[in-house]
Amino acid sequence: MTKVNFKSYLFNIVAILSVFVLIQILIANGTLSRYYVSILIFICINIILATSLNLATGFLGQLTLGHAGFMAVGAYGSALTAIYLRSNDILTGGIGLLLVSIIVGGLFAGIMGIVIGVPALRLRGDYLAIITLGFGEVIRVVINNLAFTGGAKGLTGIPRLVNISNAFWIMAFVVTVLYTLTNSRQGRAIISIREDEIAAEAVGIQTTRYKVMGFAIAAFFAGIGGGLYAHFIAFLDPNTFNFMRSVEILVIVVLGGMGSLTGSVMSAVVLTILPEALRDFAIYRLLIYSGLLVVMMIFRPQGIFGTTEFSLAGAIKKLRYNQIVSPRKKVKEDD
Amino acid sequence: MALLETKGLGMQFGGLKAVDNFEIAINDHELVGLIGPNGAGKTTIFNMLTGVYLPTDGDITLDGMSIVGKKPYQIVKMGAARTFQNIRLFKDLSVADNIKIAYHNEMKYTTLEGILRTKRYWQEEAKAHQEAIDFLSIFNMQDYAETMAKNLPYGKQRKLEIARALATNPRILLLDEPAAGMNPHETKELMETIHFIRDKFNIAILLIEHDMSLVMGICERIVVVDYGKIIATGTPDEIKNNMDVIRVYLGE
Repeated sequence: MTKVNFKSYLFNIVAILSVFVLIQILIANGTLSRYYVSILIFICINIILATSLNLATGFLGQLTLGHAGFMAVGAYGSALTAIYLRSNDILTGGIGLLLVSIIVGGLFAGIMGIVIGVPALRLRGDYLAIITLGFGEVIRVVINNLAFTGGAKGLTGIPRLVNISNAFWIMAFVVTVLYTLTNSRQGRAIISIREDEIAAEAVGIQTTRYKVMGFAIAAFFAGIGGGLYAHFIAFLDPNTFNFMRSVEILVIVVLGGMGSLTGSVMSAVVLTILPEALRDFAIYRLLIYSGLLVVMMIFRPQGIFGTTEFSLAGAIKKLRYNQIVSPRKKVKEDD
Repeated sequence: MALLETKGLGMQFGGLKAVDNFEIAINDHELVGLIGPNGAGKTTIFNMLTGVYLPTDGDITLDGMSIVGKKPYQIVKMGAARTFQNIRLFKDLSVADNIKIAYHNEMKYTTLEGILRTKRYWQEEAKAHQEAIDFLSIFNMQDYAETMAKNLPYGKQRKLEIARALATNPRILLLDEPAAGMNPHETKELMETIHFIRDKFNIAILLIEHDMSLVMGICERIVVVDYGKIIATGTPDEIKNNMDVIRVYLGE
């Protein structure tokens, strides 16, 4: 590890910790009511969903419209696991039960990702979008008609295990894992498939393997997000996981920038707060979303961040040396 | 024994015989040109040699081992790398990253090690970065390492694509119309590059090209195809004076 890397790690850890401490202080002195805390938890859940979808859509370059389906598998898998473990007195509560059940839920979603991914990833573009859309609906309809999922009545009796602390740290963990993954050789292989699949295979990348891997990891983390949702709301209605839910997650990703995790994080924060702030205009929410997307596509089709990541260390360095032109831009200007 | 050898190679698309009984043997360190009019089947031959198409007839051996039915990435691992007629770079990635992707199979750390960033991750990443920079400096492109591939001038993009193919450490390099769209000056530079890499990396090269000055200038042996069949093979001088070739290119 070089000195620069160590510095940027330190900055990020300090930043994450201070956000956490700030939230805790605001809760302790009563500034953040329970309502605001629940919004913060939804932000964490949406960040997990958006960054995981970004892996499949932004980094791997496969347009998927069934992310709510994986979220549903994770939510039900995790809720049913928790109910089972508790009723058999294996784990009765606390962080252990939460972690075990969301991981089981995530694994179910990941396996589903492989099952769907292997045949679906032979297709590209619109065809893949349609097949994943169909898959998302299939999951919802199946859950709606099964007895052990509670069917259309919904699933009740899920232990409420999520609070702001564990939601925050699970979110931070997921984003970190996705970040380090996308910056490893496997991550480069995944990105090369987005850039040019034929060229990727021509330089020795096993494209099928990395496509399925990227897709399955995205599904796994969507399942984790679903699990957190289940243990926060403590009630699951299959119709929460409809097509619009997938679109909402996709909008977050597109707005933040496909291929930028920090972009997804920022846009998840904005797009979770926005509907709450505009509560009075709730019926216009979809109108605002689509309007926002149209404006975005015209003026900044690559999303707010494009494919670049916001780097805290880089920003601090820039402020310090007042260095407006980055070294990368200088090279460009030279030629 | 020849490095790359084909026997009775054929490709049929429905009723069309795109390639018929194509036989070629390329030795180590040899520079062979493959020419022919448009639609003669040159790129189809390339696609069969690199595993994109599965030939309907015949056999291809690389270093004595059959590569028919192997996937493109397996053939790359066995030592045959290629470039494309229309440049296929990883456009939104830096020049250095383009090279590093070609190092993928040389790096050994697992996904988990990559996520946890173990010591091996840092070592291999640092080594790959240094190697990529060193590799680019062979092509005098080290100053562009952090530039996005799509922002390179056209000639440099071609060069990068060749460099990326070479980074997979091949024994034979297949170049599909490397001079397409280049001006005479760039073509001349390309000729020097091709000669240079053949000697520097000690590899065999098979190239498709329409630019006769380039083909005649650097190839030791030329194979001419028309309608999927070989109509002539020989040295540049023999090809220049071959009546069949003149008939195909200029008409009767």
